[in-house]
Amino acid sequence: MDWTLLLQLTLNGLIVGALYGVVAMSFVLIYKASQVVNFAQGEFLLVGAWVCWWMLTEWQLPFWAGFLLTLAFMTLFGMILQVVVLRPLIGEPVISVIMATIGLGIFFQALMKWIFGVFAKPFPPIFSTERVNLLGLEVQTVYLMSLGISVLIMAGFAWFFTASKHGLAMRATAFDQQVAQSLGISVPKVFAMSWAISAVVSAVAGVVVGVVNGVSSALSFYGIKVFPAVILGGLDSVIGAVLGGLIVGVLENWAQYLDAEWLNWGNMVTIAPFYALIIILLIKPYGLFGTKNIERV
Amino acid sequence: MDLAPAGDYRSSYREDMTIFPTRNSRLAMLLGLALLCTAPLFLGRYELGLLINIGTLGIAALGLNILVGFTGQISIGHAAFFGFGAFASAWLHERWHIPVALCIPLAGVMTALVGLVFGAPAGRLKGLYLAIATLAAQFILEDFFARAQWFTGGVAGRITEPFSLGGWVADREESYLYVVIAYVVVMYLAAANLMRTRDGRALIAVRDHYLSAEVMGINLAYYRTLSFGIASLYAGIGGALYAHYLLFVSVEAFNILFSIQFLGMVIIGGLGSVMGSLMGSAFMVILPEVVQAGADLLSGSAIDRALKLGASISFLREMAVGAAIILFLIFEPDGLARRWRLIKSYWKLYPYSH
Repeated sequence: MDWTLLLQLTLNGLIVGALYGVVAMSFVLIYKASQVVNFAQGEFLLVGAWVCWWMLTEWQLPFWAGFLLTLAFMTLFGMILQVVVLRPLIGEPVISVIMATIGLGIFFQALMKWIFGVFAKPFPPIFSTERVNLLGLEVQTVYLMSLGISVLIMAGFAWFFTASKHGLAMRATAFDQQVAQSLGISVPKVFAMSWAISAVVSAVAGVVVGVVNGVSSALSFYGIKVFPAVILGGLDSVIGAVLGGLIVGVLENWAQYLDAEWLNWGNMVTIAPFYALIIILLIKPYGLFGTKNIERV
Repeated sequence: MDLAPAGDYRSSYREDMTIFPTRNSRLAMLLGLALLCTAPLFLGRYELGLLINIGTLGIAALGLNILVGFTGQISIGHAAFFGFGAFASAWLHERWHIPVALCIPLAGVMTALVGLVFGAPAGRLKGLYLAIATLAAQFILEDFFARAQWFTGGVAGRITEPFSLGGWVADREESYLYVVIAYVVVMYLAAANLMRTRDGRALIAVRDHYLSAEVMGINLAYYRTLSFGIASLYAGIGGALYAHYLLFVSVEAFNILFSIQFLGMVIIGGLGSVMGSLMGSAFMVILPEVVQAGADLLSGSAIDRALKLGASISFLREMAVGAAIILFLIFEPDGLARRWRLIKSYWKLYPYSH
């Protein structure tokens, strides 16, 4: 056993897992508010990262300006998607809504490939020091930044849903749309807002991953990795999403360790979460914190 | 003339459940088949290849429609099962020297068994949980294809033998078309008949209201799993036909985009419509050709140079698939099957269409 390697992998897992948690949170946000399972979540990361990259390289903007402009763009992007594509589908069966988000996913993935090409492109460097030493482990600065941003977003979510007016309105809508409406909450506005927030938060995660690994269409795979995380945590639980994300992140790194040391199967990093997913669905389909939907005849 | 009357005058169950309501509809179907059978006389090899693709994909799409459109269960891993059928048929022939004509139905059965393994959660799950489970199945099977050298030939892929029956070898489009037509006719008739049996009606009941269905004594887990098995059977047979047409199967072909295309066929053709599945697969096969033709039309022009149309044609095709799915969902959720019915009734009632 190589303990330093295992520790390093666990740390990597927690860092990546925090990002999964952030993306999973924005997925759960949409699901809770508007009952839409968003298969295009990964494309939010992709679009956000490419837009930011484009502003930084083509327009030579400083990082903070490009980043803020990206967030503004993603707000509009999320809202427009909700209003144009998802709003006409309110009341349609689950299949139609899922298919619409899948359609959106491949549309934007192909669009991004068309505009920016298929090869990964690196962000201009943001930090002057590449790595720092943390308790004897070498950690890249960007990873620390990503962990910091993830924690910041999670704290922001916690504040938003417990203290802010809009967050409370959103929770009320998730609880019961008709009651929320009778209390004077505009449900369409809440829907649009939830998509906008989700798009913005995903784009932040996308930019962070882009800074670490470079921007490429591989980013949209985060949208698929979200599913093991949210199923593990429970589809409608924000805390569950964060925990699920962390667990999936650590799990895939451990699987990689297991693979490299003993199994030599290759590719376990990407596949292990899906095995876990199937097992969870068989044993505990509503996840750790999900609402149990009891139906009996 | 033997037209369907404007009102509903059916007075027996037999009349109500018939597949072809009038003699003319049966005649039209036979004429269409005869026309298809003479297609090699006036179509080139490329167009015949498109027809074969429509047939093979149409069989798999019909399986998915039985699952999605008739039972209301979603599968995002259909291409993986399609691929499994393709590899299974090639493997059966190479490893056990079973004649190809037998390999195709056997591959279907093998795929159905694998489908039942992954469908075991389907008995308990529904809606989006099943969608996510099948998504996992897609990635697990894809990984299996890449790893199982003995079964798929690994990264190099697997070469398949052409279809042969007796002394007749179907190694060209002109001859293979007949194999595909035969399978399409059998599989589509089987599906249309399935929907007239108790089992078929049980599937529809599960879709319409699963709790009521259970109250009426329909075993939900059994029928959900059964539907998953039937869908895999169709996918396997479609995949096997696909493998013996291309004569080569590669591991990368059966990715998630392909699965989404199958879902697109079902949505565009019409959920819960047997013939719609064929229309949907025809749409999905012809759409890239239309995109290509559009790009060719513009090639050399300023638009082409500005947008790099020629070099990025594959992305344009993917975008067209995504856009078609979204547009159909918003503007024609019942798909081409409903459009076809509207066209027929327009002409039937002409000039008093309202």
